[in-house]
This record gives sequence, C-alpha cells and structure tokens, in this order.
Amino acid sequence: MSKLRLEKAPAPAWVRPVIPLLAILVTFLITLIFIAWVQANPLHTYYYFLVAPFTSTVTMIELLVKATPLFLTGAAVAFAFRAGYYNIGAEGQLMAGAIIGSWVGVMLEGFSSWIALPIMIVGGFLGGVAWALIPALLRVRLKVDEVVTTLLMNSIIVFLVSYLLNGPWRDPVSMWPQSPDIAKSAMFFTLIPQSRLHFGFIIGIVVILTIWFVISRTAFGLKMRAAGSSAEGARFAGVNVERTILVTALVSGGIAGLAGVGEVAGIHFHLIQGLSSNLGYTGIIVATLGALNPFGVGIAALFIGLIDTGSLTVSRAMGVPVYLGQVVQATLLLVTLSMFVLTNYRLKREG
Amino acid sequence: MIGLIAATLRVATPLIFGTLGELFSERAGILNLGIEGIMLLGAFVGFATTYSTGSLWLGVLAACIVGIMAGLLMAIMTVYFGVNQHVSGLGITLFCTGLAYYAFRVIFGTPANPPQIQPFMQTEFLADVNILGPILRQYPLTYYAMLLVPVVWWVLYRTNFGLNIRAVGENPEAADAAGINVYRVRTISLMIAGGFMGVGGAFLTLSTLGFFTFDIIAGRGWVCIALVIFANWNPIRVLWGAFIFGGVSALQLRLQLTGINLPYELFLALPYVVTIIALTIANRNAAYPAALLKPYKRE
Repeated sequence: MSKLRLEKAPAPAWVRPVIPLLAILVTFLITLIFIAWVQANPLHTYYYFLVAPFTSTVTMIELLVKATPLFLTGAAVAFAFRAGYYNIGAEGQLMAGAIIGSWVGVMLEGFSSWIALPIMIVGGFLGGVAWALIPALLRVRLKVDEVVTTLLMNSIIVFLVSYLLNGPWRDPVSMWPQSPDIAKSAMFFTLIPQSRLHFGFIIGIVVILTIWFVISRTAFGLKMRAAGSSAEGARFAGVNVERTILVTALVSGGIAGLAGVGEVAGIHFHLIQGLSSNLGYTGIIVATLGALNPFGVGIAALFIGLIDTGSLTVSRAMGVPVYLGQVVQATLLLVTLSMFVLTNYRLKREG
Repeated sequence: MIGLIAATLRVATPLIFGTLGELFSERAGILNLGIEGIMLLGAFVGFATTYSTGSLWLGVLAACIVGIMAGLLMAIMTVYFGVNQHVSGLGITLFCTGLAYYAFRVIFGTPANPPQIQPFMQTEFLADVNILGPILRQYPLTYYAMLLVPVVWWVLYRTNFGLNIRAVGENPEAADAAGINVYRVRTISLMIAGGFMGVGGAFLTLSTLGFFTFDIIAGRGWVCIALVIFANWNPIRVLWGAFIFGGVSALQLRLQLTGINLPYELFLALPYVVTIIALTIANRNAAYPAALLKPYKRE
C-alpha cells in the first residue's frame, strides 16, 4: 500500500516571493464562506475590498492613514521577535504612548510646534518603554515568560485608561469619556491638506529604515540576531544576551508607544478608550506577513491598511459587517504561516 | 464572608475550565494562545445557540463543539505543519474574535439593547443548612468545573491516555519510539482543550450575564495561561490559582461597595496585577513540560 508523506525539501528560489500572493489567493477562497453566509456577491465584495480603495484619492490616502500605526506596531513586534523576545504587548505599549502623548499635549499649550512635537514624540516613546519595562525586567532577571506578562499588561492598561477618562482627565465639555484636546501646536501637521494623513506616516517610514539599519548594519543588530537564533550560542560567543534582550524589548515598547502618539496627535487629538482597536495585535500579523524583515513589514502594513480600508468600503457599499476585515486578516496570517512551512516540503509517495 | 466564598466560586468557574484546557494542551507540548479567542467564540456561539433554540444545554454543547473545532485548527497549524506556536495561537485568537464579532453583526445587527436570554438558574442544594446552603447556591456549570478537576487529574495520572499525553509533552522522540502516535495524541489533547475553553467562555453568557458583549472575556484567557504556570501544570493546583484570582475579584467587588474612596478601576486591575506577582513567585520552581513550544517532526 502506498502512503503519502511530507518530505523536507527547500522551496525553489522562485517560490518564495510568490508565497504571499498565493496566500492572499487562498485566503480569499477561504473567506468566500463568510461572504456566502450574508449572500453577498463575492466578486462585488472583493472588488470593494481590493480595487475600490484605489479608485479614489480619498480612499487611497485613507489606506496610508490606516497603515501609519501599523508601520510602527509591525516594526515594534518584528524588532523584538528578531531577538527572540516575544513582545505581545504592543497593544498596551501603544496605549501607554497615547496616554503620555495626550497628557504632554495638553501641557504644551503656548509652546511652538518646534518645541511641542519633539517633546510629544520623545514622551510617547518613553511611555511605551515604561509599559514594556516590567515584563522585560521579569524576563531577563527572573526568567518569567514575557508572553504571559505582556498580555496581562495589555489588560491592565485598559483599566488605567478607563480610570483616567472617567476620573481626573475627563473632559467636562464632552458627552463621552475622553480627555481634553491637546494644544494646536502639539498636533501633527498633515502631509496632504484636507486629509488625515499626518506626520506619523513619516515617523513610520523613518523607524522602518532605522530598524533595518540597526538589525542588519550594526554590531547591536548582530547581537540581537544571535540572541534570537540561539541564546546559548550567543552567550558562548561573548554576547551579553540579557542586556541585548532588555534593550531590544524596551526599544520595541518605545516604537509601539510612537504609534500611540501618532494616533493621538494625528487622528483623535485626545485620549479615548477605543483608540487602539487592536493595532498592537495587528502589528503581530504585519510582522509575520513581512517575515520579520523591516521592508516586508512596510509592505505588509500597506496591505493590511488596504484590507482595513476595503472592509469599510464593503460595509458601506454592501452592508457586510466591517468585522469581515478582521476575519480576512487573521485568515491571511494563518494561511501565510502554513505556506511558509509547507513550501519547504514535498508530497512523496512511499511504500 | 459566605457571600464572598460563593462569589469566588462563581468568578473562578470560567477560569477553571480555561486553565484545565490550557493545561491539557501544554502537557502535550503545545502552548495555546488561542484560548482568549476560543473562550470568546464559545461565549458567542453558546449565546447564539441558546437564543435561537431556547435550550441552555444545547448552548453549552455548541460552545464545546466550536471549541473542539478551534482546537483542531490549532492542531493542524502547530502539530502537523509545525508552525510557531506563539504566532499561530494569536492568529487563532484573532480569527475566533473576528468571527464572533462578524457573526454577531450578521445575526443580530446593531441592536440598541443587547439581545437577552434567560440564563441558568442557581441550584438550591442543601438550602436549609446555614453556611453551606448559600455557598452551594451555584450555577450547574460551577459544579461541573469542580468535578472536572479530579477527573482531569485522574485522566492525566491514572490512565494510559494521560501517560501518553505527558510523554509527548516531555519527550516526543522517546514517545514515538515507544509506539505512541505523537501527532494524534497532541491533536486530541488540543481538541479536548478547545472544548473546555469554549465551555468556559459560554459560562459567562449562559450563566452570569445572559447576554453577549464584545469585551466579555477581557483577558481571562491570558489569566488562564498564567494560572497554568502558577499551578505548575498540576490540575489540583489549578483550583487554588483560580480561587486566588476569583477571590481577589470577588473581594474587589466588596471593597467597592464599602465605599472606600479609591477608583474602582484600581480594584478591577488588581486581579491581573496579583496574577503577575503570583506568576513571578511561582516561576522560580516552575517545571515547564520539556517539549513545550517545540514542534515535532517525524524523520
């Protein structure tokens, strides 16, 4: 009797760049089920998802707006993962950056933008660092698994934000629990007039270029990658693994914090509870689709931004719930993960 | 005091289901970060099933089945494909969460008031006895959670199947050499785990709340993962961990009512902070299953 079995065989060179495209195709085939459920026409749905956003300048800009925080959360996750530090806390670190940003932003009333913007950016970075500090210290000093602690920190900050918004920071003028608006001079300027595309987009690009440089062109990047591929080996080669991981974890938190500042200073102008809407977790999708490569992260963020924009278009045009976008993104993550592995195997008949 | 104990048992119930599930999966060598999403999907599917059929137990069953299916998906990813467990687990959580939200909108639209069901009644058991009566006034699923603890212990330590699970979680190569089908044992463990998680989530909609909200799980799944480490992968100790978290949660409700002038969010965050502290203390002696996070490929 012959049996099919998987045998390890590296994918030919031409396959690797094709994988993401193939994954997208498979994802859309799988999500047909969910579209069929609402009896929507799949071709129309996918048209609104993938093509319609490109048919108007407004939605094309919106795509970049959606991608802006994802550049940063994706970069934050990829940076940490490369050093073998599983920072799942970008969601909380983003909110910490947003908290500091919305606090500093109010205090900066009366200062010029030249002073306000650098303080906002540094403050948000430090907010993210602060929220990343406890899990990072617990990991390097006491070997406590960072996955669990960063996840719990994400839950804790929800309560902190709720306290601030219902208590001391509540804007007395507004009906909703939100903080007062930040100073005009602390708001990020827009890149295109009359749009929401803000300075944070440039920060995102700069951060991606910077982490590319750090990872692939510096001694620290070499230590990071060594710690990520084998802590034992790195230690043997004289790398201070704990220190490397600590610095990486804190920088990763800081980058996520920048995403939070961007959302405050460029989009909302005050703190609200739903500010993040899963941007930190989506950063993990972005980092994975980008294969933890900074430029890959950039492209993946744009693509996820397209799906985010597309799901709004689909929702408006066809009444399909906007959460279809989240289902598509998660499916894409699972399919891409599988494909990366499966293309390294061949089906062989044996026996 | 008596009310506090009763409340502790109530809060601990979904955690016991979730933690026992996670324990099954980790004992077989798979960290299942899908738990948060599976619990949410279980909460939704249980609610939606009861809403449309009127039967609470059918709701529990449906939540269990959808959890088993999610566990199977996790098994395909991590056991058969050997994909990174952290990322695939989070992927499952994001997928299940998105699916629950999407399905809620498809079925219920955007109602002004959340649709309601009549949840489980608390059973009166020895109601006339002074202290025991109020403590034992619990939802049926709470009793099942308590029963499940010794059952899981018995399965893990006193049956062949349990021995196989521990073997594939500690040393899959040796288990394979001894004729155990590593893939199959891990897959079944993940499916059982998913079933528990689904029921744990459904407890919230079908027992305590009677309706579904998007933030219903609120990190309870992550707490379960911490509790597994705290319990040092021992089902009996899961009970203590769940009681500590449940106790702190129940206590913070009381403290809020006494009118102590502290923000109530501080109390709400307290159980999560305590979980991190407990985890840190327990971590010194934690004996992780040796093959946790390591995919097994038969050569």
